[in-house]
Amino acid sequence: MACMFLTLVIHSMPSIRSLGISFFWGKTWDPITNVYGGFPFLIGTLLTSFLALIISVPFSFSIAVYLGEYQPTGWLSNLLKNIVEIIAAVPSVIYGFWGLIVLVPLVQALEIKFGVLPYGIGIFTASLILALMIIPYGASLGREMMRMVPAHLKEAAYSLGATRFEVIKNVVIPYTKSGLFAGVLLSLGRALGETMAVTMVIGNANMMPTSIFGPGNTMASVIANEFTEADHTLYLSALIELGLFLFLVTVVINMVGKRIIKKFTNE
Amino acid sequence: MRNVNIKYRVAKSKSIQIIIVMLAFIVILPLLAIILYIFKEGATKINWTFLTKIPKPVGEAGGGIVNALLGSAIIVFVASIIAIPIGIFTGIYLSENKTSKLAYWSRLSVDILQGVPSIVIGIVVYFWLVKPFGTFSSLSGSVALAIMMLPILIRSTEETLKMIPFSLKEAGLALGLPYHKVILRVIVPCGVSGILSGVILSIARIAGETAPLLFTAFGNPYLSYNILKPMHSLPLLIFNYATSPYDDWHNLAWGAALILLTTVLLLNIITKLTTKRWNVQL
Amino acid sequence: MERPVIKSVNFNAFFGTNHVVKNVNIEIPKHNAIAVMGPSGCGKTTYLRCINRLHELTAGATSNGEMLLNGEEVYGMHPIFARLKIGMVFQRPNPFPNLSIYDNVIAGYKLNGLKLSKAEKDNIVEQSLTKAALWNEVKDSIHKKGTFLSGGQQQRLCIARAIAMEPEVLLLDEPTSALDPISTSSIEELFHDLKKNYTLIVVTHNMQQAARVSDKTAFFYMGELVEYDDTKTMFTNPKDTRTQNYITGRFS
Repeated sequence: MACMFLTLVIHSMPSIRSLGISFFWGKTWDPITNVYGGFPFLIGTLLTSFLALIISVPFSFSIAVYLGEYQPTGWLSNLLKNIVEIIAAVPSVIYGFWGLIVLVPLVQALEIKFGVLPYGIGIFTASLILALMIIPYGASLGREMMRMVPAHLKEAAYSLGATRFEVIKNVVIPYTKSGLFAGVLLSLGRALGETMAVTMVIGNANMMPTSIFGPGNTMASVIANEFTEADHTLYLSALIELGLFLFLVTVVINMVGKRIIKKFTNE
Repeated sequence: MRNVNIKYRVAKSKSIQIIIVMLAFIVILPLLAIILYIFKEGATKINWTFLTKIPKPVGEAGGGIVNALLGSAIIVFVASIIAIPIGIFTGIYLSENKTSKLAYWSRLSVDILQGVPSIVIGIVVYFWLVKPFGTFSSLSGSVALAIMMLPILIRSTEETLKMIPFSLKEAGLALGLPYHKVILRVIVPCGVSGILSGVILSIARIAGETAPLLFTAFGNPYLSYNILKPMHSLPLLIFNYATSPYDDWHNLAWGAALILLTTVLLLNIITKLTTKRWNVQL
Repeated sequence: MERPVIKSVNFNAFFGTNHVVKNVNIEIPKHNAIAVMGPSGCGKTTYLRCINRLHELTAGATSNGEMLLNGEEVYGMHPIFARLKIGMVFQRPNPFPNLSIYDNVIAGYKLNGLKLSKAEKDNIVEQSLTKAALWNEVKDSIHKKGTFLSGGQQQRLCIARAIAMEPEVLLLDEPTSALDPISTSSIEELFHDLKKNYTLIVVTHNMQQAARVSDKTAFFYMGELVEYDDTKTMFTNPKDTRTQNYITGRFS
């Protein structure tokens, strides 16, 4: 049943793939002259996702350590768990809307301080919102991993005279290394495919981003913005090709992440 | 005694603990900010007109979001009708057949499906249901949403049923019931609460989705009941109006956002009450 | 008599309100091997874990009374100090899986941030592994991770790791219960040598092991120290009926 979806999906996409590989290096995207280069969006996607990842990792890691190691039980821990779940449940448009109205002016003020052009919208803003949205995935996974560290291993370290932090650093983290990495991968996968919130704050500029404080576009957001306006087949197929690429990349990353987790939980 | 720097190491351990706790709890702030802001802005906008009228052209005050409200309800409802039977049956099938070839591929597809970005699903359904029929339709939107619901439904059904002890199945068989009856009349009713929470969770997940609807249901400024024609929905409305430059429309969007947020949060709370696991759907 | 290395006076331990170790008074002489025995749940492991202050790491776990190590109050010093002077070997061998054999042995130094020269480290590793009767078997693969070692070898590695810290006392919590008979006997042989340098306190379920290995035996029952005597006397002529019943197998 479900497997049929898979094959059909793969079929529909390449039906319009007619532009070749250089598509990905072309830097100009101009529907008017029918020139399509996907590179700006590739960069946009990579920049926002990795920036979001970097921003979110300290937070999701801390949550994972707190819930997995310092305080697995208790009302405070339950509170945090629920909050993290709520963060994951809020619809993407709402993040985008809030980002547009509230975050953008804040970033503008920040940019003025830095002496940069105060667009407000742009890659940086998109990364911030994205970071908030992917924290739950890394945190949840990290916590699961940390709970699986066998107690007697930690006790061995304590009995040798280690402090709490030393036990975490020398026993828990090496043990969960691959699991934590998988958590990062899965967060990345989520970030790459996120569309709405990013679209609303990234500024919709189809050119190579000049700085992270400037506007840009990601593969997902350009599809969202221009799909219904694509009036000729080449235009449309260019967008589809982006979609196909997005599909492949996210699927690969998610599969790798899941495989690592499976290996880890079976040991 | 050897110099083991105990004071220093303990202090370091404590201070790192403090930093980690702070970082962990800081995330509450933005979330709180978002929720409060939406409540503040949205609460004032909701009134009877809001809930029962369709939006007026730009520049005219008044107007409401009834078309989006109704549209969301219809689209989600149809999506559920499509997805729930398929999802539950697949979940049942997978929990009973762990090793067949079909099971393997199904599981793999479910895993892959979970990772597919929602906008890509929208594109695919566009080619299946919109292009061939020449028109946007809420049905296609429902199909897109249904596809997104499937992994959650299948997973939670399978997990729930897996947890039911084997002895129950044996008891049913020992009473002389045929296998399929054992499953349908004994096992499934046992897992109803888990399956139900999976259903509610999947609805909560897609109620707020926008991207798949962009090219399928497309949106409709008028009230419509026809599922073969374009239809509006709350997330679409929020997206369109939020990115527009008109204040009137912004106001409508705030009200809509409040309704959407409350609905999604309520659904999640209900899910929580029917299950006890902490589990962020990946 | 020489001052005992471990002395407990009116020592109690709790899990919340659950009183699991009741009023223990015991003196453990140096360079002895003491077996601690008793039926499941009698508090013997808890008592052991109180000695090196591992007990208090569990939420809600408390204790009171005196616990003296060479006359110094264990609960008066910083727990890390206490643990440095008291080594522990656990029921399941637990070498750190991400470290090589070499690094496992000196793990105690590394965790405590003690810097040693390479020569010093090599020396400690070789000596500890020799004392644990493992050196000859692993000296050629010292820098490999210890996962290829058998259960008995892993446990000896853990012993080496504990004694590398030069503790006064070595606590062993059912050290051979997860091992096969051959590994078990090799570790029991080790005890005879270890006694020369350290004092051993061994919790064991295995009466034959206690009889083979220890100089004195302590019998715990329902949290109380019921009898404590020379092993020979304990097994041939126990004074308390409870001890008698346990030894003859009326309950375990």
